[in-house]
Amino acid sequence: MQKIETLFVDLSDWFIAWLQSLGVPLAWADAILLLIQFLCIVGIILANITILIWLERKVSGFIQQRPGPNRLGPHGVFQTVADALKLLTKEDIIPSKTDRLIFITAPILFMTISVMLYIVLPMGKDMQVVDLNVGLFFFISLGSLTTIALLMGGWGSNNKWSLLGAMRSVAQMISYEIPLALSLMGVVMITGSLRLSDIVAAQDNVWFILLQPIAFITYFIAATAELNRGPFDMPEAEQELTAGAYTEYSGMRYALFFLAEYTNLVAVSALLSTLFLGGWQGPWLPSWLWIIIKTYLVMFLFMWVKWTFPRIRMDHLMAFSWKVLIPVTLVNIVATGFGLYIFKGIGG
Amino acid sequence: MLQTEQLTINIGPQHPSAHGGLHVEAVLDGEVVVDAIPHVGYVHRSVEKIAESRTYAQFVPYTARLDYLGTHLPVIGYVQAVEKLAGIEVPERAEYIRVIMGELSRIASHQLFIGSLAIDLGATTGLLYCMRDRERIMDMFEMTSGQRLLAAYMRIGGIAEDLPPEFLPAVRSFVRDIPKMIKEYQGLLYGNEIFQARLKGIGKLSAQDAIAYGVTGPNLRACGVSYDIRKAEPYGIYDRFDFEIPVGSNGDAWDRLMVRNEEIIQSGRIIEQALDQLPEGEIRAKVPRVFKPEKGKSVYHRIEGAKGELGYYIVSDGGEKPYRLHVRAPSFVNLMALPLVSRGGLVQDIIVNIATLDPVLGEADR
Amino acid sequence: MSSQQAVIEDISNTWGNQIEVLEDEFFAGVKVPLQILPELFRKIRDEHGFNYLANLTAVDHQDRFELVYHIYSIPDNRKLMVKADVDHDAPSAPSAVSIWPTADWQEREVFDLMGIRFEGHPNLKRILLPDEFEGHPLRKDFQMKG
Repeated sequence: MQKIETLFVDLSDWFIAWLQSLGVPLAWADAILLLIQFLCIVGIILANITILIWLERKVSGFIQQRPGPNRLGPHGVFQTVADALKLLTKEDIIPSKTDRLIFITAPILFMTISVMLYIVLPMGKDMQVVDLNVGLFFFISLGSLTTIALLMGGWGSNNKWSLLGAMRSVAQMISYEIPLALSLMGVVMITGSLRLSDIVAAQDNVWFILLQPIAFITYFIAATAELNRGPFDMPEAEQELTAGAYTEYSGMRYALFFLAEYTNLVAVSALLSTLFLGGWQGPWLPSWLWIIIKTYLVMFLFMWVKWTFPRIRMDHLMAFSWKVLIPVTLVNIVATGFGLYIFKGIGG
Repeated sequence: MLQTEQLTINIGPQHPSAHGGLHVEAVLDGEVVVDAIPHVGYVHRSVEKIAESRTYAQFVPYTARLDYLGTHLPVIGYVQAVEKLAGIEVPERAEYIRVIMGELSRIASHQLFIGSLAIDLGATTGLLYCMRDRERIMDMFEMTSGQRLLAAYMRIGGIAEDLPPEFLPAVRSFVRDIPKMIKEYQGLLYGNEIFQARLKGIGKLSAQDAIAYGVTGPNLRACGVSYDIRKAEPYGIYDRFDFEIPVGSNGDAWDRLMVRNEEIIQSGRIIEQALDQLPEGEIRAKVPRVFKPEKGKSVYHRIEGAKGELGYYIVSDGGEKPYRLHVRAPSFVNLMALPLVSRGGLVQDIIVNIATLDPVLGEADR
Repeated sequence: MSSQQAVIEDISNTWGNQIEVLEDEFFAGVKVPLQILPELFRKIRDEHGFNYLANLTAVDHQDRFELVYHIYSIPDNRKLMVKADVDHDAPSAPSAVSIWPTADWQEREVFDLMGIRFEGHPNLKRILLPDEFEGHPLRKDFQMKG
């Protein structure tokens, strides 16, 4: 049991020891390990997304009373692989009226940012690429950068639908960034740290979803908007804007946007489990399995919401953020402050 | 002062929510709609001209392709118009079967309305639920005519073939299940806060405007005008049935949905009564394949289609083909109200308005 | 309803022998000269409550066009058919858009397919056919290419 628990930590320790035995200096060995960790993350992301897209289709099929993909492999598990192959072999079209540089960089930027989010995520006991002391802050600020990628895609496409989609996305992200950050304040106040490993450690006895239920809900809603998922999928809104910011993209460039959105989804779900569901902590099973289970549970929640709700209207969306979410999160912060004060008073 | 510019976008004719080949030229000021001008004609196939070179009986299948979502209704309208013109009596049993088929078509059309409205609002799941229920009606059409979508089942003087034995139990069980279906839509769609917020107060149409613009059918009744041709000018045997005309009060998108929802229930009631009264006997009058109505005679016959007043104006010159046939298509006339209800709203409301005015382009473009 | 007859009588009294009462078993109607159409429409809408123009179409009789209006009054459930002949060589008729806005598209359709010009129509363009289409297909002399 202990072996499985520390499997990946042991592996990297053994790897460094092996490199040092070959005469590589420690600093170099660390750098090589970092590179390998990065490759592992990309691998994990791609593997996860392959499963996730299949899962999303199956879940939506289940909700909509239809079988979902069922042709390729058992229960259609290879459908995503086939789709990826199709997208890869598609002709790469760049419309002539686009702003080429921006058009090409936008999906790459989007994907890069999404992958960077994983650097600070604790993926198990002692399993974190970099344990920044401002980990949470890093995550939130990077997450908001995706807006720029969307705006670039929408602007560079030189298409009215794309522009409208990009405009919507900027408006939406700016208004949802605030409740997103504010709802996490309660957690930070209790822990007294922005370091994600500290936050996980602080949930030793009780998960923060019990201490901060309102923050969990507000963060969940704001994150749905941040992820551009239904019912907040304004920038895409295929019924109104055909495909919003992605209208002109096809083939692998489109797939990159698509992948990046799912990468974000996994990252945000993992963060949610880290902040509110006790992170990698849990009995019996190894820690890295726990975080995977929790992440998938949160992702299922996201899918469930997406496939049952209609899309909200743009002005309602903005009003909801400014008139409901932000006041609620502010009240939550004040209440947490009082709570902490009283708790400390009692505890001495 | 910042200089702003109006943006013109073309919604359609190829667009996820264009409901066929509808093209709406939307002039926007940011997200606010300054004007929304519908352009039709992308699926024009000139059925009125085709009618002039077909005999009365040959033209029957063309009418099924007008409102293909409630396929029996335009056919019933046409054969009744010709029967009126040529003075043909229809057997009782055929009349009842026509009522059953017509009301089933109306339910199918309204169910698709609810489903497509749901998907236009981004609630993809709603469509699948409505399609699942509509599928049962399609199966019944297949039982009777072998065709699911374009069942040209009506004939001049009656219907094509008698009902198969498995049809009646299928209709009965479907009608019994209607309240259950409505309850499910209620739970999935109508009860949803976002769904209501997207529809209530959107695309308001006053009763005066609706009448002046010739808006008919559920769209007119949503404005609070209790006008249903089945009651106002009963055709066929509609005067024998007991049903209510649901009306709205605000004339907004929500009322247009609720009126249709209620109409599904009322159509179910009519079908139930028709099933109980269904007599045995002949299904078709003896009508020669080629017949010549009196010269110079003309008729305007209108029925309550799924979308509104569906009228046929037929002029005879004493020949075996109509001299002139005009279809008064409700979708065509209802679409005229689109700019009226869309101005001042948001882009997203245009989609709602198109969906709730419920045009079917096969009928609008003819 | 007796008022159905009263409307026709009122019309006959106003315009006398200019109009012709049509013997139609399905639809009570009058045939009037073109120039009194707007006046007639305004009269029946304002005085007799005919607020709903259901159908507007035209028939090509080769020597003349015939405009047909089917008009209803929604609250009283009355109906009236109005017919008017239009000259075949230079077909033109007064528009009814200012009386019933619903005439807008229906007149455009008649213009498009039958080629009758409606004077006073705000936006008389082709509606079902493309703008560059030549000819008016519902005319009897329209050449159909196979």
